[in-house]
Amino acid sequence: MTAKAEPEAVEKVIFDGLAEVGAEPSDINREATFEALDVDSLDLVEIAQIVEDEFGVELAGEDVQDLKTVGEVVDLVVSKGS
Amino acid sequence: MNRRVVITGVGAVSPLGIGADTLIDRWTAGESGISGGLGACREFEPLEHLTKKEARRSDRFTQMAVVSADEALELSGFGTGEDEELPYPSERIGCIIGTGIGGIGSLQEQDAVLRERGPKAVSPLAVPLMMGNAASAAVAMRFGLKGETYGVMSACAAGAHAIGSATRLIESGRADAAVAGGAESAMIGIALAAFASMGATSPTGISRPFDARRDGFVMGEGAGILVLEEAEAAEARGAEVIGEITGYAATCDASHLTAPDPAGTQSARAISTAIEEAGLEPGDLDYINAHGTSTTLNDSSETRALKVALGSDAYGIPISSTKSVIGHLMGAGGAVEAVATILTLKQGIAPPTVGLEEPDEELDLDYIPGEARPLTAKNERLTAISNSFGFGGHNAVLCFRGA
Repeated sequence: MTAKAEPEAVEKVIFDGLAEVGAEPSDINREATFEALDVDSLDLVEIAQIVEDEFGVELAGEDVQDLKTVGEVVDLVVSKGS
Repeated sequence: MNRRVVITGVGAVSPLGIGADTLIDRWTAGESGISGGLGACREFEPLEHLTKKEARRSDRFTQMAVVSADEALELSGFGTGEDEELPYPSERIGCIIGTGIGGIGSLQEQDAVLRERGPKAVSPLAVPLMMGNAASAAVAMRFGLKGETYGVMSACAAGAHAIGSATRLIESGRADAAVAGGAESAMIGIALAAFASMGATSPTGISRPFDARRDGFVMGEGAGILVLEEAEAAEARGAEVIGEITGYAATCDASHLTAPDPAGTQSARAISTAIEEAGLEPGDLDYINAHGTSTTLNDSSETRALKVALGSDAYGIPISSTKSVIGHLMGAGGAVEAVATILTLKQGIAPPTVGLEEPDEELDLDYIPGEARPLTAKNERLTAISNSFGFGGHNAVLCFRGA
């Protein structure tokens, strides 16, 4: 069973995932860009795996390749999961 | 083509601890880093040296290579901070690092993920973690080295092949400097079982090269890195030279998948050719850092090869095996032993073959049992060779001169 993709839950999972892949926890917020967090395409695949495990929402590479900020990914997951 | 190659930096992570000086000081004192039948780097904690992100993006063998490279480049005075510049154009610095197996621990972890959670759960980092060139890629990225860069996989000769290849890169004029060495960390169930299955490792867990009771090698892990530079360029920038690579030769037995040719014909040819390239006669050598694995076959075949290559001079040259105190570091072995050989020449004291107590009557060379021994240069500077022989019959021999 996967959890419902509520905004707060999605944000927490993605924030935790970013910290797990090595982003500085104090720098992680909705407005932060992946570039500033030094998060690359390999990291985003890991985030996508975590999101799918938690919420059953599948993120393909082309879904996230143009997204620049953490908040944009959170919003995408919430909208795909609703 | 008269470009000479000097060594200006060395670094090591070994079962004796972190650092090249730790390796040579503890070995010279006769201390061993082997315990419980393994040469594990117990003092190596990746997060003491690397950020969380750097650590999780590299297998343990790569982490050890990076930490060794940090030490070597700092010693050579290369700019290692963000605002510091490299002493040569980055396109003129190569990076060649050997490994026997690569990131087999990462492969095993991801195989478990595949079995338990399916293909979609396998990490996107699996390939960059396990690929055999991961160490050379990580070191090149860390320092911005943009010359010829690749990994070498030639089993237990990989470290020596990497250093030899980097030497030729500089000699040929295609690079001014190179970061070269080897790294290995494969002490996991599948590798231990596989080496035991073929009868290569010691069932008693004791490394005692050239001893009559030797019964196989003890697996170890670690990394060794050298900074090599073209001699005139190094002198022009005022670098402190630790030693020089004066000869290198590599041959192949082409006789058996794993066992060395008992006659040692091709390993002898590698030794002779390396010495010849250095412009030396056998009697000029002051020290030999043996491959000395503690297997029945290697130690007798290597002894034979030394006699074939060096003739009666073989009896007068002190020989010791680093593997007596750290075990067999496989693809890192030749590199860590190159570091140990250079520092042996620098300190003028040859460390002993620890644990050699019962001589084998067929092995009658001078393997330095007991305690370290001062070396006296036969010529102006101390000279040595370091032997590395790998499964596949790969033989690589490096010849060094002290500074």
